[in-house]
Amino acid sequence: MSKRSGPKRKMRLAAYLIHHLRVFIASLGYLVRQPLATLMTSAVIAIALALPSGLYVALQNASALSAGWDGSTQISLFLKADVSEEQAGEFAKRLRQHAQIEHVEIIGKQQGLEQFQQLSGFGDALRFLDENPLPVVLVIQPRVDPDRPDRVSHLLKELRGESKVDLAQLDMLWVKRLYSLIEVAERGVWIIGGLLGLAVLLIIGNTIRLDIQNRREEIEVSKLIGASNAFIRRPFLYTGLWYGLGGGLLAWLLTSVSLELLDSPLQRLTTLYHSTFHLAGLNEHNIVFLIGVSCLLGLAGSWLAVGRHLSEIEPS
Amino acid sequence: MIRFDNVSKRYPSGFEALSRISFRLPRGQLSYLTGHSGAGKSTLLKLIALIERPSRGQIILDGVNLSHMRNRRVPSIRRHIGIIFQNHHLLHDRPVFDNVALPLVIQGYRHREIGKRVRAALDQVGLLGKEKAQPVTLSGGEQQRVGIARAIVHKPALLLADEPTGNLDPALSREIMALFARFNQVGATVLIASHDLDLIRETGYPVISLSQGEIVHNDLAAGDDYAASA
Repeated sequence: MSKRSGPKRKMRLAAYLIHHLRVFIASLGYLVRQPLATLMTSAVIAIALALPSGLYVALQNASALSAGWDGSTQISLFLKADVSEEQAGEFAKRLRQHAQIEHVEIIGKQQGLEQFQQLSGFGDALRFLDENPLPVVLVIQPRVDPDRPDRVSHLLKELRGESKVDLAQLDMLWVKRLYSLIEVAERGVWIIGGLLGLAVLLIIGNTIRLDIQNRREEIEVSKLIGASNAFIRRPFLYTGLWYGLGGGLLAWLLTSVSLELLDSPLQRLTTLYHSTFHLAGLNEHNIVFLIGVSCLLGLAGSWLAVGRHLSEIEPS
Repeated sequence: MIRFDNVSKRYPSGFEALSRISFRLPRGQLSYLTGHSGAGKSTLLKLIALIERPSRGQIILDGVNLSHMRNRRVPSIRRHIGIIFQNHHLLHDRPVFDNVALPLVIQGYRHREIGKRVRAALDQVGLLGKEKAQPVTLSGGEQQRVGIARAIVHKPALLLADEPTGNLDPALSREIMALFARFNQVGATVLIASHDLDLIRETGYPVISLSQGEIVHNDLAAGDDYAASA
């Protein structure tokens, strides 16, 4: 064919890039012109993505919270009922000298009762008791050497031999159980995340399919006057990308708001456990990952739809 | 410019729209294609624009054989053709300017160049002041002229028009045909399908007549230059 039509090559590259930029912005404009539909699609994507991200954050927090626990396993020493608070104090002072003990906390009879009332919900029932049935408890933080885990059990055996001690309890097993539980939950989050990611892919694919149907005439005319498939594909791919980006940002927002809502009651809860725990939100890596995955899903979803449906539309 | 050699087109339904068509349209020639509706005029134009593929025979467009053209190459062929439709095929979600600019955007022209060419094309069809108008606000004749502006904006070597005056009154039709004659004078090869025989006779350009898928009359074959290929 004749070469007289069409601009020169160097100008073409510049024009090509400008064209990409323009389509990129134009496809955003297209979405902004129908705000309700765009918002709804983005919201569906956001909810589908916020759910696994929220669960992920919750798990991250759970494992962060419990990470220190195996390092500082606690031994609860329930002293015999006839041991007075003063005797217990003497005993605690002696234990603090022990090479393998990091820290000793005394929970007196009255204090124990108050805590029990607060936490157990049996407050009213306890009021009927004539006297405080609780013993003094010493909470011992052993000095843990990660290379010598058996030392803790030696210490436990030693403490059990003490005459003032009624019961010495080492809580390790539940920590191990918690870890396995977190592992199971982690796997679960990935599975849920995968399924919901697939859902996002289908949502975007379907939205783009409808979009293609709505712009059928434009596609036909464009094909008639010589638009390549790539040219026709482009606005739809960018639309998918925008949906992904919008959904990702919205998912970030949803996750952050949800965590914010959970933070204060959680803090109230953790204060009851004498812990100053702060709920950690999504960090930069998580956010970049979330939005990146969302954009990728948007692009992939629209690619699927475009690949399937664009070839069906031919001018006739 | 265009050569048909024994071209037949049979639709999947079994209907043979064209049978053993041979003709030759030289570069720079304006010619009419006439016949009753169903005679095969539209099919013939569709074969040139690669909207349909021939069942048999060869179509050579500017030295390129369209019969074995891969789908991937179809867009590049269409970019050298300007097509005008009876029902305009304008996009109603954008103003006149954007409609006319579409072929240039597709071909990757720069913004400033697009503006210049679109205005030149609109000027040629007498719609210079209407670039911001929405197509629905225009009359039928104006819409058709927007369609023509879009077909010529990238200065194609070949213009195809399918019943371009189909819905227009005689005065407007004459105006549109005069436009095509003008493009032909500046070098474009033009093939116009029309059943408006009175108007065609008036213009005095050569005519190819189709009836039931066959050529029954061909002014172009009469000349010595084209007789050999017919």
